[in-house]
Amino acid sequence: MYDVFMDPFVQMAQMPDLLVQVLWEGLVSGVLYALIALGFVLIFKASGVFNFAQGIMVVFSALSLVGIYQFLARNGFSGHLAAFVALVGAIGVMFLLAVAVEKIVLRPLVNQPDIILFMATFGITWFLIGLGEIIFGGEPKAMISDQLFLPRGAWNVDMLGGMVVFQKLDVAAAVIASLMIASLAVFFQKTRIGRALRAVADSHKAALSVGISLNQIWVIVWFAAGVVALVAGIMWGARSNVSFSLQIIALKALPVLILGGFTSVPGAIVGGLIIGVGEKLAEFYWGPLVGGGIEAWFAYVIALVFLLFRPQGLFGDKIIERI
Amino acid sequence: MFYREAGQFKDNYAADRAVFPILQDRIGLGVILLAAFLVVPLLGNAFFLNSIMTPFLIMALGAIGLNILVGYTGLLSLGTGAFMGVGAYAAYKLTTSFPQVNVLIWVMCSGFFAAAVGAVFGLPSLRIKGFYLAVATLAAQFFLQWSFVRVGWLYNHDPSGAIQIPARTLFGLPITGPHATPLTQYLVVLSIVVFMTLIASNIVHGRIGRSWMAVRDMDIAAQLMGIRLLPTKLLAFAVSSFFCGVAGALMVFFWLGAAEPVVFDINLSFKILFMVIIGGLGSLIGCFLGAALIHVLPIVIRMLPLGGDAAMVEHLTFLLVGALIIFFLIVEPHGLAQLWRLLKQKLRVWPFPY
Amino acid sequence: MTAPLTLYGDPSARSSLARGETLLKVSDVSLSFGGVKAITKVSFDIRKGEIRAIIGPNGAGKTSMLNVINGFYHPQQGEISYRGAARARMKPYQAASQGIARTFQNVALFKGMSALDNIMVGRTLKMKRGLFWQMLRKGPAMDEEVAHRRVVEDIIDFLQIEAIRKTPVGKLPYGLQKRVELGRALAMEPELLLLDEPMAGMNLEEKEDMCRYILDLNSQFGVTIALIEHDIGVVMDLSDRVVVLEYGHKIADGVPDEVKADPRVIDAYLGVAH
Repeated sequence: MYDVFMDPFVQMAQMPDLLVQVLWEGLVSGVLYALIALGFVLIFKASGVFNFAQGIMVVFSALSLVGIYQFLARNGFSGHLAAFVALVGAIGVMFLLAVAVEKIVLRPLVNQPDIILFMATFGITWFLIGLGEIIFGGEPKAMISDQLFLPRGAWNVDMLGGMVVFQKLDVAAAVIASLMIASLAVFFQKTRIGRALRAVADSHKAALSVGISLNQIWVIVWFAAGVVALVAGIMWGARSNVSFSLQIIALKALPVLILGGFTSVPGAIVGGLIIGVGEKLAEFYWGPLVGGGIEAWFAYVIALVFLLFRPQGLFGDKIIERI
Repeated sequence: MFYREAGQFKDNYAADRAVFPILQDRIGLGVILLAAFLVVPLLGNAFFLNSIMTPFLIMALGAIGLNILVGYTGLLSLGTGAFMGVGAYAAYKLTTSFPQVNVLIWVMCSGFFAAAVGAVFGLPSLRIKGFYLAVATLAAQFFLQWSFVRVGWLYNHDPSGAIQIPARTLFGLPITGPHATPLTQYLVVLSIVVFMTLIASNIVHGRIGRSWMAVRDMDIAAQLMGIRLLPTKLLAFAVSSFFCGVAGALMVFFWLGAAEPVVFDINLSFKILFMVIIGGLGSLIGCFLGAALIHVLPIVIRMLPLGGDAAMVEHLTFLLVGALIIFFLIVEPHGLAQLWRLLKQKLRVWPFPY
Repeated sequence: MTAPLTLYGDPSARSSLARGETLLKVSDVSLSFGGVKAITKVSFDIRKGEIRAIIGPNGAGKTSMLNVINGFYHPQQGEISYRGAARARMKPYQAASQGIARTFQNVALFKGMSALDNIMVGRTLKMKRGLFWQMLRKGPAMDEEVAHRRVVEDIIDFLQIEAIRKTPVGKLPYGLQKRVELGRALAMEPELLLLDEPMAGMNLEEKEDMCRYILDLNSQFGVTIALIEHDIGVVMDLSDRVVVLEYGHKIADGVPDEVKADPRVIDAYLGVAH
């Protein structure tokens, strides 16, 4: 009992520097979860599709980036400029993907039950895994961090009687993610397309009746989600490697969504941070008690418990079932 | 011409409620069973039995389990792989702890453990549906898989971290372990799968199956018929997990012979789910059709002239399975089973168009 | 005219209540969603054996009232007593087991099942065999299945839907779907049958059929019926007593002729001519 309820807190109090380090690590992975969750929210809001393929889109976009760069490098064109050409190329790939998904998958499945569309995104996931592996190969790839001006190294900060390490890359990730989220918020609130998106989110039929093209909107949101995925893929890839196993980690955006609610952008962010910090704390302080590795399921179990008590999420409205 | 129901009058309700009311269907089923029990063992070589038939049957059983949940009760689960794992580990623990009891009894009992675990993880289904529930079952998937790795007691602290199936016999004939022949293993698996399919068919055609479908189609109206949601959904979870658990135990005992935790990962869950989607939601025949397609697909791809690259085969399988899922959801959401029904309908009126 | 129904066995032996006694009593019930008031202090009763109509303009709270009786919604205030016993927060399946059945405004059939199976679901509460016998589907389970099939066939006969019994209900035209839904409710052998706009969207002939079924049910088997209907002509012809709701308030209650003459009702339907 002592080990479970007291000891971890004693440790936290005794070594506050370590606690800050763990919290920081949690925040950074939380930001990345939030970024992936944001892609889900975009698509869910505008099309009601729960896009299981968001995780593979993260991997696929990052692979495209690295793949295109490597292709250019093999042909004697490398360096910063080539990296940015590759970046544009990867964005182009995500655009093509959005168009293809809309044309091939969404359009024929209009008006099908949500769950059918959900399962269709499993199909997209598998297809992209296969396609990605055929084109780029299955082995992990290093992200082209230097070429994209991503910083290396770390700031070592003396505080609380110890030293806390802040990786510059993590700081950059947090900043870029915040910028991304802010610009999306502006896009949603201030632009014509943003208004159309919100209209579609409220009611497909009403939006159609005032002349908004659903097909165009879907392409736009899937493209936006693709770009968000690309950013998430670059950040994550720079921290570790670009590999298909990332797809499984990306699934953690699902519990994030359950915490935050499927339609709420601030929910996705707060949910992401809670899950990120929560699982790092749990892993570091309680994990050793059960042999470690609880990061693999902790987020899901939090979500499960949460669902039992508050199925509508942190920011969702109470669900009134109408008959 | 030969497939007509004309002249077959049902003079009692029992005959009308039969699972196969048409005589030709019953003959067809008999022929298939005869072929499975006699012709396949006579003609099949070890590769065919061990790499195609046995795993196909096991996967079909798992698909039946999942279909009870997804197809009949409308509850989406992504934790099938883990529930199969529960069955496998339970059977392993039971047979290593009590080796004197026949292994087949333990294989069937393992289903009860899977059922209990399934029911626990089914509890949230009362309050949540659709993809929310899918996420909840992901919790089961990842938590259980983690347990298979970390709880040494489950695999008897074997240093390899895997479960090694000991040799067991039935009537003096080795059925598990290195000395068991593919033929005996195939026959054991076939018998169990046929038996359990029969039970599944009985359940879904009776009162319980109807309550499940009522909950699936319109849960509010179902409550008004006096159907209580929680017990009905939990029963679906339990029965479904029972089937998955037995399938998992069969998989390790009669096919793989040993298994690491990674065998029961989320990819297995998806593989089974895809069998259900492609085969047909809410159809038992569909489970077999879907399992056949998904399981045979990589084997067929391997035979294609691609240079025999194993990785390429896997990649192509992913690609094709993904494409097939989308294709079926768009073109025929009721899967291969619906195509089968249409074919029978055409055959019934052949040679006339209708 | 109609086939003998094995349904209900001997109708008089079933209920301890005599015809005309109060079966269900709604007292001072209020219901709101968030801040929106759906029903405000409504009281009325339903007597054994009568056809009771609930009418009112759109949004008057009629369907909400049925949902309260059914146990889908729990009123914030007031009390409902059924067969003399007041009930606390009741679940819909408990209402079902007490003999309250219901049809829906927008047909709520089980779309993936045949008409026959839909009606068979209505027998669920009466079927007792557990998982073990269901697995075998022999002996007691099959006997039970056949016995209930016989009852269901009588209902199919009564509603004249023999030809479509094996058709998936999703493929049926609207009028027939409504009929199957009535059959499903009947299969529960209800004491109180709640019908939410049973004739909505029907043509004249279908309406006449439906009226005949309702009257037959009431007169032959003594089923107490509460119905919501917009066709005032039908309501006045069918019902014994009518309660009128407007904006969640009760504005009139009585026999059809009284209600028809009530100035408040006329105002509610035709607009106030001040």
